[in-house]
Amino acid sequence: MRSIWRTIRSSPGLGRDIGLVCAADAVVGLSFGAIAVGAGLPVWLPMLLSLVVFAGAAQFMFVGLVASGGNPVAAVVAGLLVNARHLPFGFAVGDVLGRGWRRVAGSHVMMDESVAFALAQPDPARRRAAYWSVGIGVFVCWNLGVLVGAFGGTVVTDTDRFGLDAAFPAVLLALVLPSLRDRATRWSAVAGAVIALVTTPFLPAGLPVLLALAGVIMVAITARRSAPSEVAR
Amino acid sequence: MTTSWVVLVAAVVVLGAGTFAFRYAGPVLRERVTLSPEVERLVGIGAVVLLAALVATTALTADGSPAGVARPAGVAVGGVLAWRRAPFVLVVVAAAGVAAALRALGVP
Repeated sequence: MRSIWRTIRSSPGLGRDIGLVCAADAVVGLSFGAIAVGAGLPVWLPMLLSLVVFAGAAQFMFVGLVASGGNPVAAVVAGLLVNARHLPFGFAVGDVLGRGWRRVAGSHVMMDESVAFALAQPDPARRRAAYWSVGIGVFVCWNLGVLVGAFGGTVVTDTDRFGLDAAFPAVLLALVLPSLRDRATRWSAVAGAVIALVTTPFLPAGLPVLLALAGVIMVAITARRSAPSEVAR
Repeated sequence: MTTSWVVLVAAVVVLGAGTFAFRYAGPVLRERVTLSPEVERLVGIGAVVLLAALVATTALTADGSPAGVARPAGVAVGGVLAWRRAPFVLVVVAAAGVAAALRALGVP
């Protein structure tokens, strides 16, 4: 853990960037706690969800379905579908987790932001440091936010008023942008985004993003175009 | 709200266990298989594609319908700033600020 701290401090701006994401997630956690309790659910439910599930989108979906009288089984299935993307994420960044208890703890704090921060780093030491500090930092901030929101009630229920709904995609976009300089990655990402957008109106949440993985096909297409001599052969 | 707390706790635990299984499976599978450099590259590109799809769907849609104007506009401003290599903090604050300002002006 000490080497992680040292790496963060020696990378200009990285600690500040991670702090900003933690703060934003704390405010969203605040609203999650308040919204869940405001919808008539018991105070412990948002806190238990945040500790045990720790995945914002799935938690909001679960609470929304249960609060409106939906079947809890359907809420679980919907949440699992939204969280299935963590499997390919873990496959991509699994090397930063280590083994044993580190892998268990590191898996639990795997989320969009920790994966995106790790992928944006130039070397393995910084990948590891970014992944763990985002993961632990957001876990602490998110749970504290939910705790305060659940007890504090209606302090912040409408995070859209502060534009936080635009901050989340902007965070991921800023972190992903450097990877898009690579041509094959860029066209795969564009194809994946189009697939996800086109299928979103028709499919349950979570599935369109998984289908986007088919965009990786563009790697083969762009490779063939950039190497015409091989096609001719 | 008629669901008993026992059912709710069970539902949360099942969702948590399933989510953990997804998260844990990646690192474990990765260790079991040896990947060629090309496949390794595809896996990395796959993660970027997933994140790009998340950006697109969270920026442009809300509950399966178009997300209005304020949010996409905020994300677009953030995206341009990030492309011009503006500091991360500025990108995020500008995205949120533009969306919030547009909403304050009555833009959906």
